[in-house]
Amino acid sequence: MVALLMHAAEQGLVFGIAALGVFISYRILRFPDLTVDGSFVTGAAIASSLIVVQGLDPALALALAFAAGCLAGMLTGFLHTRLGITDLLAGVLSMIMLYSINLRIMGKPTISLLRAETITNVISRILAPVGSAAILVFLAGVALVVKLLLDLFLKTEVGLALRATGDNEAMITAQGVNTKTMKVAGLALSNGLVALSGGLVAHYSGFVDIGMGIGTIVTGLAAVILGGSLIRSRRAGWMTASVLLGSLIYRTAVMFALRYGYAIGFQASDLKLVTSLLVIVALVIPTFRDRFLQRRRPC
Amino acid sequence: MLELKGIRQVFRSGQDQVVALDGIDLLLDRGDFLTIIGSNGAGKSTLLDVIAGVLVPTAGRVLVGGLDLTATPAWRRARRIGRIVQNPLSGTAPTMTIAENMALAMKRSGRSFFPALTKRRRRQFALALSTLGMGLEHRLDVPAFLLSGGERQALTVTMATLAKPDILLLDEHTAALDPANGKLIADLTEAHVKRTRLVTLAVTHNMEQAIHLGNRLIMMHQGAIVLSLEGEEKSKTSVGQLVELFSRRHIVDDALLLEAAS
Repeated sequence: MVALLMHAAEQGLVFGIAALGVFISYRILRFPDLTVDGSFVTGAAIASSLIVVQGLDPALALALAFAAGCLAGMLTGFLHTRLGITDLLAGVLSMIMLYSINLRIMGKPTISLLRAETITNVISRILAPVGSAAILVFLAGVALVVKLLLDLFLKTEVGLALRATGDNEAMITAQGVNTKTMKVAGLALSNGLVALSGGLVAHYSGFVDIGMGIGTIVTGLAAVILGGSLIRSRRAGWMTASVLLGSLIYRTAVMFALRYGYAIGFQASDLKLVTSLLVIVALVIPTFRDRFLQRRRPC
Repeated sequence: MLELKGIRQVFRSGQDQVVALDGIDLLLDRGDFLTIIGSNGAGKSTLLDVIAGVLVPTAGRVLVGGLDLTATPAWRRARRIGRIVQNPLSGTAPTMTIAENMALAMKRSGRSFFPALTKRRRRQFALALSTLGMGLEHRLDVPAFLLSGGERQALTVTMATLAKPDILLLDEHTAALDPANGKLIADLTEAHVKRTRLVTLAVTHNMEQAIHLGNRLIMMHQGAIVLSLEGEEKSKTSVGQLVELFSRRHIVDDALLLEAAS
């Protein structure tokens, strides 16, 4: 049971980084960005092929995975802001393009990292004293650092301009901000985090699969919405904390569903269906609640 | 300071075209306060859009301090041009706090990766807000969507003053408020304009406001300036005279319309 919960926590943290990426596009920029389904795999592909083929240092490989994700986000931003393609379609186009690009990077649909030097191998050695908790400690550290850096950024002058871009675009344009640039930058950061998460997941699970990114947007949304309903704060620090909390709860729920769900005929392959239904319910509840309570909320 | 030369703005949609601005020439010096009146569709807001850079005119030039800004994007002009519109919801970022909104307004270029809200800035914001007498200085961390329309518009005016623009565009910015709040915001704006001697253009439907505010007045009709009053000539004009001038235009129009119909 403890091992199961630890495993769920590890997953919650590592996927929580991707959820923080989705938080930036969906909550801050109000941009439903589907690029993440592709950029998650891009991160995994870069972080894996670089250590398998090039024998690169795993930490460096992960940094490059982040950079590749940033480029993917910039592509979507370019399609949307410069070429005038609608947000959803721009994301879909990037996602589909990334599918081919990811296959190019990987060379084949799956890569095994069993014999490669992954970040988890390195960490297990460095953190050997804490034993089986080494990976959990490491992932908690990474997630926390990402969260804190993001908090700091969102409170800077540029960070404020990014938030205002999603909040009131006309207003912030009148305050001298090029919202096109802000959107491109926001999407770059968002997809960078998603790709970093993808790279970590690959190292953590020991393999990459071309289809592993399917539904990243939905699981990310599940964490963002779940966390947001538990912690209702507009302060940057609380909002990012809520995303990580949402991800932890979601992964724990998934773990239990996979472990004990067979009793009600639940299969692993049903997961995406159930997650999407959960997100639909979570998205619809506020609308109906407000309709019944006749209360108005901003956006 | 602000010069408009032969501004023409034509909106096209397939075969149809609408001439929103038809050859506007205007020269305003530092300290000039121009009120703009005219019926709906006269081109008042389009004129402000052209000055703010939201629209690039079909023809003509926009010069600010001798610089040609005709094709400069709106966000780049923001350092020199501030704008307040009718809808109090438009001027602030709703989910961000009062202090955050003010921080956004204060620095209009060269935004840094340093914290936006320092203790010093918060004190500065509180001081600026305290002059409003609304108690907003005690609510710096309240999100803007919780403020009333009057409070939000007062915040917007205060934000416009923080940025110290050269030109201030007011697009019926008191029209959506109740009379008391409208008066308050109008007084606040006037005090600020007098203090800073910037160039102000104010669109209004309130004839009395049009006469009493500022030193110049234009009436627009069908995209052109049909009446221009200045200084003494303006202050001596009564509301009645202005309304008559205003409605005479309409009567002429109606007659023309009837002619065209028959």
